[in-house]
Amino acid sequence: MAAGVATWLPFARAAAVGWLPLAKKTMPKPPVDNSSRSDEILYVNVSGVRFQTWKNTLDRYPDTLLGSSEKEFFYNEDTQEYFFDRDPEMFRHILNFYRTGKLHYPRHECIQAFDEELAFYGIVPEIIGDCCMEEYRDRKKENQERLAEDTEANEANDAPLPPHSTSRERLWRAFENPHTSTMALVFYYVTGFFIAVSVIANVVETVPCQPPKGMVKDLPCGVKYQLAFFCMDTACVLIFTFEYLMRLFAAPSRCKFMRSVMSVIDVVAIMPYYIGLVMPENEDVSGAFVTLRVFRVFRIFKFSRHSQGLRILGYTLKSCASELGFLLFSLTMAIIIFATVMFYAEKGTKGSTFTSIPASFWYTIVTMTTLGYGDMVPNTIAGKIFGSICSLSGVLVIALPVPVIVSNFSRIYHQNQRADKMRAQQKVRLARIRMAKKGTANAFLQYKEDHTLGDRDSDSTALCVKNRSAFEHQHNHLLHCLEKTTNHEFTDEMTYSELCMTESVGFRTSRSTSLSSQQGAQNNSTGCCPRRARRRAAMRLANSTVSVSRGSVQELDTLQFKTTSIPPQTRSSLNAQPDDLKLNCGDQDFTAAIISIPTPPANTPDESLPPSPTPVPGILRNTRATAYTHETVKISSL
Amino acid sequence: MTMVCHRPEGLEQLEAQTNFSKQELQILYRGFKNECPSGVVNEETFKHIYAQFFPHGDASMYAHYLFNAFDTTNNGSIKFKDFVVGLSILLRGTLREKLEWTFHLYDINRDGYINREEMTEIVRAIYDMMGKYTYPALKGDVPQQHVDAFFQKMDKNKDGVVTMEEFIVACQEDENMMRSMQLFENVM
Repeated sequence: MAAGVATWLPFARAAAVGWLPLAKKTMPKPPVDNSSRSDEILYVNVSGVRFQTWKNTLDRYPDTLLGSSEKEFFYNEDTQEYFFDRDPEMFRHILNFYRTGKLHYPRHECIQAFDEELAFYGIVPEIIGDCCMEEYRDRKKENQERLAEDTEANEANDAPLPPHSTSRERLWRAFENPHTSTMALVFYYVTGFFIAVSVIANVVETVPCQPPKGMVKDLPCGVKYQLAFFCMDTACVLIFTFEYLMRLFAAPSRCKFMRSVMSVIDVVAIMPYYIGLVMPENEDVSGAFVTLRVFRVFRIFKFSRHSQGLRILGYTLKSCASELGFLLFSLTMAIIIFATVMFYAEKGTKGSTFTSIPASFWYTIVTMTTLGYGDMVPNTIAGKIFGSICSLSGVLVIALPVPVIVSNFSRIYHQNQRADKMRAQQKVRLARIRMAKKGTANAFLQYKEDHTLGDRDSDSTALCVKNRSAFEHQHNHLLHCLEKTTNHEFTDEMTYSELCMTESVGFRTSRSTSLSSQQGAQNNSTGCCPRRARRRAAMRLANSTVSVSRGSVQELDTLQFKTTSIPPQTRSSLNAQPDDLKLNCGDQDFTAAIISIPTPPANTPDESLPPSPTPVPGILRNTRATAYTHETVKISSL
Repeated sequence: MTMVCHRPEGLEQLEAQTNFSKQELQILYRGFKNECPSGVVNEETFKHIYAQFFPHGDASMYAHYLFNAFDTTNNGSIKFKDFVVGLSILLRGTLREKLEWTFHLYDINRDGYINREEMTEIVRAIYDMMGKYTYPALKGDVPQQHVDAFFQKMDKNKDGVVTMEEFIVACQEDENMMRSMQLFENVM
């Protein structure tokens, strides 16, 4: 909780006197606060620079190094001060955090150094104030990207193959990353060479060559040396087909591979050849066949596998597609307007080339892009006037959107990034707040458990409660008082919904159904409280079979201790549970300065629980083992 | 825009008016000043603080009534003096003073009587702080029942209102409450 809140806690506790006349039950005993009430000045020596502060200031954040008992490790008896061998410049900011409650990021410092200092002093970076948060995040991201690039570059070159990889995986890896083996490299260069050969052949076969003997007209080389070109084409296509089939075989996900852009390009590049093989030498069809040959030029796109630059260009075009679309749209509007105007202006003239509005499109485009071929010119005065307006506006229409697009693109890109960042941050913040709320709720419920069990065994509870801060104790006591006032207890959402369900089941349940609901409740695999609720519910149902007359709400404390009335089958399980809990309490609380939040374990053994009572104790012990892999989250402030 | 800054009276005067020692006042003021540099607490801050203490439910109504109980001068803000005087009564006051303070908390309109509506408001505000997820679940009109029980106990002459004297007498008869009162003395 925030520092300020700690200051108000004594006030809130004092104000709890206002609940007393309403309370139906006696208030619980408050925790004993042995610390002296008087405040003292602490001396903190950081590499020679001496800082002084009130002890209370440091106590505001009990889950950091300086606020907890961890700082005692750094106490120097001789000089009566706390000595830290760390950077004094950074420490100034850290100490200001305690004083003002806001952590600022010094812009001239290295981000990693700052992070390390924060980690040392146990402060979570998330509490950096809004004023410095954006700067901090940007720097951190930059740093991470740079590191990621370096590692990626290293990895890409010499990451070892995972052991026991199949030949298929190795093949795929060779295709994706030619530098891994010499064979792959050879293949890479060979395909590159053949792509170049194929493209050059396509180009050269249209060049006019010397006509053979007996003919006058120049022939394109493709016709003169038809066989040669055909052989070359065949060879290239064979190589490409072989490559495509190998890639298809090696791909981890064939469907995904077939949908990818590169594979489509591959297919388009080789299809014309096969279609040409299949189709007969028919005059009618060969016209269409010729068009297909155009697609052979797509082979040049296969170079993009070999060139990083081409890929980046393609990605850039894809990402600013909307801006380009806008440019196109505005151009189209202008073209249509001017074409219409020119057409109607030139309509009357004899021999006018402006035969229709679509025909005028060509004029408009040529004029607006300032090409001016001169194949279509206006003859009327009106036509010339509008023609000049068209060319003047053409300059504007073409030139204006481009910088707008560039700046728009850059702005929208950054904006999107920021919006995504904000959304992610917002989500994280909300999740954190939720977790913190749950954390406080769970912390309180855990405290209550310890408290009730404490009457049994003072040693372990002493162990348990020792490491909780005074603030937490007092806060929990306050919540406990509220419970007693209203005679209702705090629970969490899970237990609440569970109990709603079990209450509707009814109190009069047979032995078997009580067990099955116990199993059913156990299948709700979440943190410690539902387990306690399961126990509670199970015991309540079990109890009810023995003494149904207990219709009214039971004090949970009394319920837990009624071991004698439980049928023998679950007695061992009950004996197991308090032990488990006590030990768990110990495990949990030795991570002294950390508020731990139990997270739902991914797979509890509960799921595979066979519906028989005897494995229950074993299962409960197992869940103890797995469920307490907490995610420890330090929460310094909300 | 000038910062409204309120300074409390001198340390000696406050020491005379309350039951705190100088050092305790110093500690209290340091914390207070850190939280509210302007020297006053307004209701929003109050509600915010209580929302953090009671995250399960909605503490705003109770914080409102509590704020009014502390704001003896009724000007919408609590100065350090009000704060410390209130705390002094709650922590170091005599039994009668504490009960009077509680009576003033319940008596929302300060007319000297607690009627059913006022009590219902207070009790509802307290139950709101519990939130939705409680055990046992809040079914039916639990606050109303609570109020009925309260009036049963406090309203001796059954005239529908509780006066200060009735309240104090009824509280003194309740042993549980008397014991609980002493528990809160070492909060500071």
